[in-house]
Amino acid sequence: MAHEPQHEQHYHDAANVTNPEHASHHIVTPRVYAAVFATLLACTALTVFAADINLGVFNPIIALAIASFKGVIVILFFMHVKYQSRLIKVTVGAGFFMFLVLVTMTLSDYISRAWGLW
Amino acid sequence: MHSAIANPQADQAQQHEHVSLPQHRHHFATPEQQREAGSFGMWLFLLTEIMFFGGLFFAYLLFRNWYYDAFVTASNQLSVPLGAVNTAILITSGFFMALAVWAAEVRKKNLLVLFLVLTTLLGFAFLGIKADEYHEKYEKHHIPGASFDTSQFINPAAYGLSEKPLAPDAAQKTQLFFFLYFAMTGMHALHMVLGLGILFWLMIRAQRGDFSSGYVAPIENFGLYWHFVDIVWIFLFPLLYLINRHPLAH
Amino acid sequence: MSAPSNTILNLPDQSTAQLPRRNFINAEHGLLSWLFTSDHKRIAILYLISITFFFFIGGAFAGLIRLELLTPQPDLVSSDTYNKFFTMHGIIMIFLFLVPSVPATLGNFLIPMMIGARDLAFPKINLLSWYLYVIGGTLTLTALVLGGVDTGWTFTAPLSTHYLNTHVITTAFAIFVAGFSSVFTGLNFIVTIHRMRCPGMTWFRMPLFVWAHYAASILMVLGTPVLAIAMILIVLERLVGIGVFDPTKGGDPLLFQHLFWFYSHPAVYIMILPGMGVISEVVSTFSRKRIFGYTAVAFSSVAIALFGFFVWEHHMFIMGVSNYSALIFSLLTMLVAVPSAIKIFNWCFTLQMGSITFETPMLYAFGFMGLFTIGGLTGVFLGSLGMDIQLTETYFIVAHFHFVMVGGMLMAFLAGVHFWWPKMTGRMYPESLSKLAAVVTFIGFILTFMPQFVLGYLGMPRRYHAYPPEFQVLNVLSTAGATILGIGYLMPMIYLAWSLKYGAIAGNNPWQATGLEWQTQSPPLTENFTEIPIMDHEAYDYDWLEHKTADEVTHVA
Repeated sequence: MAHEPQHEQHYHDAANVTNPEHASHHIVTPRVYAAVFATLLACTALTVFAADINLGVFNPIIALAIASFKGVIVILFFMHVKYQSRLIKVTVGAGFFMFLVLVTMTLSDYISRAWGLW
Repeated sequence: MHSAIANPQADQAQQHEHVSLPQHRHHFATPEQQREAGSFGMWLFLLTEIMFFGGLFFAYLLFRNWYYDAFVTASNQLSVPLGAVNTAILITSGFFMALAVWAAEVRKKNLLVLFLVLTTLLGFAFLGIKADEYHEKYEKHHIPGASFDTSQFINPAAYGLSEKPLAPDAAQKTQLFFFLYFAMTGMHALHMVLGLGILFWLMIRAQRGDFSSGYVAPIENFGLYWHFVDIVWIFLFPLLYLINRHPLAH
Repeated sequence: MSAPSNTILNLPDQSTAQLPRRNFINAEHGLLSWLFTSDHKRIAILYLISITFFFFIGGAFAGLIRLELLTPQPDLVSSDTYNKFFTMHGIIMIFLFLVPSVPATLGNFLIPMMIGARDLAFPKINLLSWYLYVIGGTLTLTALVLGGVDTGWTFTAPLSTHYLNTHVITTAFAIFVAGFSSVFTGLNFIVTIHRMRCPGMTWFRMPLFVWAHYAASILMVLGTPVLAIAMILIVLERLVGIGVFDPTKGGDPLLFQHLFWFYSHPAVYIMILPGMGVISEVVSTFSRKRIFGYTAVAFSSVAIALFGFFVWEHHMFIMGVSNYSALIFSLLTMLVAVPSAIKIFNWCFTLQMGSITFETPMLYAFGFMGLFTIGGLTGVFLGSLGMDIQLTETYFIVAHFHFVMVGGMLMAFLAGVHFWWPKMTGRMYPESLSKLAAVVTFIGFILTFMPQFVLGYLGMPRRYHAYPPEFQVLNVLSTAGATILGIGYLMPMIYLAWSLKYGAIAGNNPWQATGLEWQTQSPPLTENFTEIPIMDHEAYDYDWLEHKTADEVTHVA
């Protein structure tokens, strides 16, 4: 099949290597995983600890900030998004963006339905 | 798959002889293309999961703001130590899953099987603790529905609780909290049960050596799913267990 | 292209055309080879058969509704039965026909061929999607047989959760399952379009049909799960009765509305976008011109998908949402009109100076452009706050969305089915009969739904089985139109079935269209291409096609 090598080339030509949809396979080492794991455990302890201090309105903000941080490092390292193509990064972003659209656009109704009372 | 092969397709089959992996599906031009398609597909599936849980998270956000006191009081009925331990267990399970992906990538079969077993065991531990918590709610009549009992929230002192007493109609709103608690953790647990089922299948195939010769896509993609379930819990834990642990000072 | 003066049906390669010996239809035999197939073309055929089945069930309910409305008195059925009729009509037509109509049949069949791939990225998930659809459909029929459901297709809480004792749970579960079928279709398309394009097939060389499906798939993947959770909450609310949607227990019925319309408004674009893709292909082919403003049309699909997520509250203006929020949503609603108008204008400019021929798909496409424009413009009326309060929940809104969904989408679906019928079956449909069907459909449609605009404007509310006598003339017109419309839909069913055996043999490219799907045999081989094509020209390049056919030695596969 003489034309086969040509086909191969088309998938590995220069345009494809710089293709934003393409990323080489990166193996994350156990060392990185362990560091992330330790951070996650520390954050869990921190969030329980922070909940016991009375910080008023900052309690939920801190709790959510910690949870978001944990979520982000899980996504970046455990789920390898840091080493993925731009396409995957955009996809992940799109998911959270749409969730925020659902929340904020719906809240625009609830908050302004009864100002200050919601 | 296609039993009757036409002549042109026979040509095609020959064209693809260079592909060594038996898992390679012939409608993909290269194994690389197949791997990236699989991972992208998994991510899109997780996107649907984000939106699926997103609806529940929004319902939680709404009612938590509307009925803050009831949510605080009800939330304080959950056990923080159990929740925290469960968080740690799930994170550890996710850690082993990440190591399993690594083991598959470096083609270490025994390590891979070991990590998958550990992932599974911790998954069961999480569900065990969850079941225990559910059982406690059952005994306290905190499961929403006909048998739901609000007396504990109306008169906490009688139950030896240092909570702010709630008016009867406010106390009724604790039922909304417990409904969301069961809906969210239940949906999360359902995802874990499905995940554990897939883990068994992966363990059998890993033991057979399917994933230790460079074909890691199923392990990787399942890893994505398992970590996603982790992330949901990472948010559920502070939102459900830690709303406000010092209600009287509030 | 040397201007073709005559109809392109008489192109030379067709007179000598023969059916290819090997194709996806005769590659394997027996029912099981279909039920366990992973070939996207066979799954598309399975989908085509099943959605046609559900279309005629949904259509039967439409007929019953129009029959009841023939007279002002409630004389055919009781009000409860009438409620069940319009609920079943809505649920079947929306979830089991319109949402999968073009994507799961034509999209499934054509997207891999158009981008030069052998199959969709996940053939087994594609088959799973069809099975989920069948399960969803069966559950819906189960609910129907057990006694029906009368919530309306919108499942409005707390009506559906507290006040009705029909088969809401079965139906909600059916929609949940059918929703997953749609998610898997969308997911498969997105991955396929990103990952499986043949060499040279850049994003801006893809046919606009593919762009439209890409945009619709994004909506399917991101919107449908929210509907799923809304349905689950309805089921839980009915089973346990907590009150997330029950105001007496502290819940909020509008929460359900928000979640439901967060999906169900984008769902409108899930239904219409693939239809717009079909129209782009048809208009270009039968004008022998590249689509005017290709890039604008491509991006307008994506823009519709994106804007579609920001407008859902316009379904809730009279339900007690915040006025401020309603104002924002009303303004955002106007935004969607922009990309839709871009499409209509660009199709018109494509027609300008084109060598237009009036084959059946083109007639349907003209029907689409006219009816969709009316449907879209009345949508702008309804999107503006003051008008909406006057017109919503009347027959005006019924007419509006039937103009978009039936006048728009169904016309596009029929245009597509006729356009690609030669490719799917290898045989032509009978041209004069099908032209007659297209005209009958158009006349029937106008007669059915134009009077409903007037009825709605005069204040006749929707979803009632009786009405004041002064509305009778318009209602009789509408029912008469529905009868004609019904005939218009039955005709293709009959002559297309006839053509399977007796139709003229089509040949590879009866329309002399430029898409990659037309450069293979009809019906295609199991994996579409004997060798993966290399895309070395832009989309809709009729000069390329002319030189290709001139240089090529005609051969029969």
